[in-house]
Amino acid sequence: MTVAGVHVSTTINGDAVEFVCHPGEVLLDALRNRVGLIGAKEGCGTGDCGACSVTLDGRLVCACLVLGAEADGRAITTVEGMADGERLHPLQSKFIEHAALQCGICTPGFLVAAKVLLDRNPNPTVEEIRYALAGNLCRCTGYDKIVRAVQAAAKDLARDATRKKKTRSKKAA
Amino acid sequence: MTHDSSYKPRDFKVVGTRVPRPDGLDKVTGRARYGADMSAPGQLVGMILRSPHAHAEIRKIDTSRAEKLPGVKAVITSDDLPDRVNGRRDMLDILENCMARGRALYDGHAVAAVAAIDAETAKQALKLIKVDYRKLPHVTDVDEAMRDDAPVVQPWVRTPGGDADKQTNVAQVSEFGHGDVEAGFAEADLVIERSYKTEQTHQGYIEPHACLASVGPDGQGELWVTTQGHYTFRNQCAQLLGMDIAKLKVTSSEIGGGFGGKTHVWMEPVALALSRKANRPVKLVLTRDEVFRATGPTCSTSIDIKIGAKRDGRITGALAVLRYQDGAFPGIWGMLGGMTAWACYDLANVKSVAYDVLVNRPKVAAYRAPSAPMAAFAVESTMDIVAEAIGMDPVDFRLMNAAKEGTRASYGPTYGPIGIRPTLEAVKHHPQRKVKLGPNQGRGMACGFWFNFGGQTCSTVNIGVDGTVNVSVGTVDVGGSRASLSLIAAEELGVPYENVKCTIADTAALGHNDTTEGSRGTFSSGMAIIFACRNAIDVLKARAAKMWEIPEEEVEWRDGQAVAVGVKHDNLKPLTLAEIARKSPNTGGPIAGHNEAVADGAGVSFASHICDVEVDPETGATKILRYAVIQDAGKAIHPDYVEGQMQGAAAQGIGWALNEEYIYGKDGRLQNPGFLDYRIPVCSDLPFIDTQILEIPNPGHPYGIRGVGETSIVPPLAAIGNAVSNAVGVRMNHVPMSPPRILKGIKTQRQADAAELGKASAG
Amino acid sequence: MRYEAPTSTRDAVTLLSRAKGKALVLAGGSDLLVRMKGGFVEPELIVDIKRIPAMQAIKKSASGFRIGAAASCAEMGEHAALRKAWPGVVEAANLIGSDQIQSRCTVVGNLCNASPAADSVPALVAAGAKAVVVGPKGRRTVAVEKIPAGPGKTTLKAGEVIEAITLPLPKGKTGDAYLRFTPRTEMDIAVCSAGVCLTLGRGGVVEKARVVLGAVAPTVVLVAAAAKAIVGTKLDDEALAALARACEAACVPIDDKRGTVEFRTDVAGVLAKRAARIAYQRAGGK
Repeated sequence: MTVAGVHVSTTINGDAVEFVCHPGEVLLDALRNRVGLIGAKEGCGTGDCGACSVTLDGRLVCACLVLGAEADGRAITTVEGMADGERLHPLQSKFIEHAALQCGICTPGFLVAAKVLLDRNPNPTVEEIRYALAGNLCRCTGYDKIVRAVQAAAKDLARDATRKKKTRSKKAA
Repeated sequence: MTHDSSYKPRDFKVVGTRVPRPDGLDKVTGRARYGADMSAPGQLVGMILRSPHAHAEIRKIDTSRAEKLPGVKAVITSDDLPDRVNGRRDMLDILENCMARGRALYDGHAVAAVAAIDAETAKQALKLIKVDYRKLPHVTDVDEAMRDDAPVVQPWVRTPGGDADKQTNVAQVSEFGHGDVEAGFAEADLVIERSYKTEQTHQGYIEPHACLASVGPDGQGELWVTTQGHYTFRNQCAQLLGMDIAKLKVTSSEIGGGFGGKTHVWMEPVALALSRKANRPVKLVLTRDEVFRATGPTCSTSIDIKIGAKRDGRITGALAVLRYQDGAFPGIWGMLGGMTAWACYDLANVKSVAYDVLVNRPKVAAYRAPSAPMAAFAVESTMDIVAEAIGMDPVDFRLMNAAKEGTRASYGPTYGPIGIRPTLEAVKHHPQRKVKLGPNQGRGMACGFWFNFGGQTCSTVNIGVDGTVNVSVGTVDVGGSRASLSLIAAEELGVPYENVKCTIADTAALGHNDTTEGSRGTFSSGMAIIFACRNAIDVLKARAAKMWEIPEEEVEWRDGQAVAVGVKHDNLKPLTLAEIARKSPNTGGPIAGHNEAVADGAGVSFASHICDVEVDPETGATKILRYAVIQDAGKAIHPDYVEGQMQGAAAQGIGWALNEEYIYGKDGRLQNPGFLDYRIPVCSDLPFIDTQILEIPNPGHPYGIRGVGETSIVPPLAAIGNAVSNAVGVRMNHVPMSPPRILKGIKTQRQADAAELGKASAG
Repeated sequence: MRYEAPTSTRDAVTLLSRAKGKALVLAGGSDLLVRMKGGFVEPELIVDIKRIPAMQAIKKSASGFRIGAAASCAEMGEHAALRKAWPGVVEAANLIGSDQIQSRCTVVGNLCNASPAADSVPALVAAGAKAVVVGPKGRRTVAVEKIPAGPGKTTLKAGEVIEAITLPLPKGKTGDAYLRFTPRTEMDIAVCSAGVCLTLGRGGVVEKARVVLGAVAPTVVLVAAAAKAIVGTKLDDEALAALARACEAACVPIDDKRGTVEFRTDVAGVLAKRAARIAYQRAGGK
């Protein structure tokens, strides 16, 4: 079948990326099949499970409900962009430490969603965590250890932030 | 070589610690590769055309237009999947489920498939296939399917022991029990009879079925697939496609949840057949809609319970009649319901009669402790009703009747050491039972039982020259077992956990392993690894003897080192595993150990749960306030993942109890094949789930391991039903206890109360 | 299939009216892309309106609020003035889907999808919102309740798009609220819902009321009898009971996978009562 492809220039995890996709193709398929980033998963294709969570211009979205063509000129982040070189994001370390994953298929989506939460609200209550992650389905854990891992990561991040502030004020002094 | 598999108490060094899992990094960075994450050069996209009808004769399939569409490389129907199993019923059923043969048996049944250069082309091709259906009468309800005038799902089915000429939907009748139930009821001070229904639920794994298949005209093939049993998949696919077992290599991808739903093949033979026809690799990934309509689910049921008891609480008679629908193909699901129904109790007179019934719904697959939750819902709800009727605390009532070591189980065997009583004692003293309840709040508890399975198992341990250890297993890691199995190898060899790397081997690398089901992963592979390590230790000892130039009998293995025993060897410093390994190229070559066996000695497992709920009496909405799981887990190798299994199983049970159900229309089509209207619990629906692991060793395993994965999905349905009953005084006999059902119950109760009041005031 | 992302409303209208096959507007995509995935629609043209400046912003002026058709529900929740003026409307908009969906979904999309269960619509109607419609023949402003014509159908003509939703500034002691019933706490479609907007007069007496129900009829229902039942009262129990009865009487729901006729009718009354109480408090009533 011949359909004119759409040429898309976008930024993914800070890198300039170009791809050509079908006009009706969703970003999730473009990321997985054209860019080679398989971290975002398709669990439903209808925005009901959150396994394909990525950010689009800083906002949390389901990549299955965004057209690849819409990514043109915008910035995307995925789970692949979470670690800083060798250093894992505290959420990533805490998920491992707290056994917050069993099969792990939902994990990338949870990590991306939890990062958006903590970026916006560094000290969320349990209820805030639970509602912020309600768009991400997990069938293995009952969510218990996931919520605990997010709490632990929030604590870690807060400690890092205080430490940074202290070093900065020392330097200033 | 025979090994001693009996339990020996020991002080564990690493087993029981909470180490990080070896696959953690890949899974938090997005690197881990699941079923849909593998690609092959030149791969095609496979897609399946499915029946829109619940039951229909397929008069003709015209694929000619699809075949002509540019970019289409193969189109197949059941003609391309001929019977190569000589009519062997169980395999033919699997084949017919993969692709309809003359009749579509349920909404979603595969009727044809295509492979094309891309998804768009494949989608177009599906639309060009013309199927000429003649609709047939259908039946989707289990009770209706048992009626004499019900549409027949499989013409060859006869009721065992029934009329040999009469077509029927009852494929199997099973009976279990002992004693004389009628005499038991006669002896009782009171007899309670109740009937229950449970709706069909799906395992709901987040990862849809997916595979990458590649078969050439030379009869060799490879299959990358998300599965709970790649050896079983290999054997099934090879048989169905007429391939040699040795020439089909199956690799188990990371698995994104299975819960029993990935224990036998669905579309994998179709992908292989497409690949063979196109002579190119084919990737086939199901959509969520296909997953719901055509894979997985467990049974819907209809169950009658009768319990007779003395005023003092002793049960004198117990009877269950269980009707389970297996979908369009016969299964063992009713039978398992019958076996598990009364397994928690020590009963003199007990009987279960179980029916396996066919309907026009997808072929039922195992779902975590398959069949036990529904039977437990019926039994444990009735247990509470009896306890209330005789004025006994429900925990004390259960304790009085609970099974113990030496009890003859209702399904036959006599129990060894078991944990039902300890879990009940733990419930009795659980702090949650002391929390005061508010208005419209209620507390319930229930018990559950599940078997464990051992089965064929095979493992290899290879020791590297630097002293690190590769462990290869053939059971699939469904939730952290590589960590647990590495712990076991580290314990047995006496090396640090970090020095062990556990890999799920492909089918070419190890002998046959049974599917990872029946809570067998850690039990059976754990046992095989222990024996493989002991096998390797014998080699290590021999090499140490060689290095020391002393007889092998004078070497012992202690804490990861070879020790020369006897006064004359005082001068010999113990040799560590790493030291022996380093010299291995010169002392006889690579050091390995292996074990192939049928893992016997699987234990049984029990759990008791406590649940607090609040019901909104104006809407029927139920909120889970607090939830506690107490389970006999045997030795907990990695407590984090044992807790995780208990919590996850409870959460699935909670979803089942409250909202999850397959909804079929009058047309026999599934109305909610998606995560929007098939409502699995979301994060904000649940509280933290408290866990208490009881470690009652399984005498049949060297480390005392029991399976832990399944049991805790069994109690939640009844625990919640009992809690709802305590909260609003309405006994729910239909699962899920969705808001419309609860609100209707409350209204009916109110009307009955008002009528009663009217009668009283009139009198 | 073509994808176009025009930068003006006029260009969007031109594209839509000149399209040969089926042309559909893409705002948040949370309904459209699901329908496309399921094969329920196969548009020839998709017009993405998110790059049109006039459709992007939420603006407050002396006459009230203007919510651009491409403004996401998350942005509505972040708009402090809008939240303060119309908490019921914002809550309704924020109930649609998960955080992921919130980043994308729009109230105009919710309205044009024309589901009787749309969360934002009862609240918008209760608040007296209007839709700014632009088409080949120019622009017109219509009450929001005039847009849905039935499940999946709107009164929009070929080539017409909604550019924005407008809301007045609340007058005097006005409060609004929206409640819906879903079996789960999140990620569900309303089984039934109620939006209420009240204006109080002296002594906390309800002077004006708009009561709107969702998912109990082919379109949202503005229940005049329910408003009448509480106007002139201080929302005492008797008035609330009358309100609930009026709501129940206005329900003409269906039995489907999400709920029964009986359940929807019963719960619509309950939700209307509860929403009215919240709106009353927000209006300053005690």
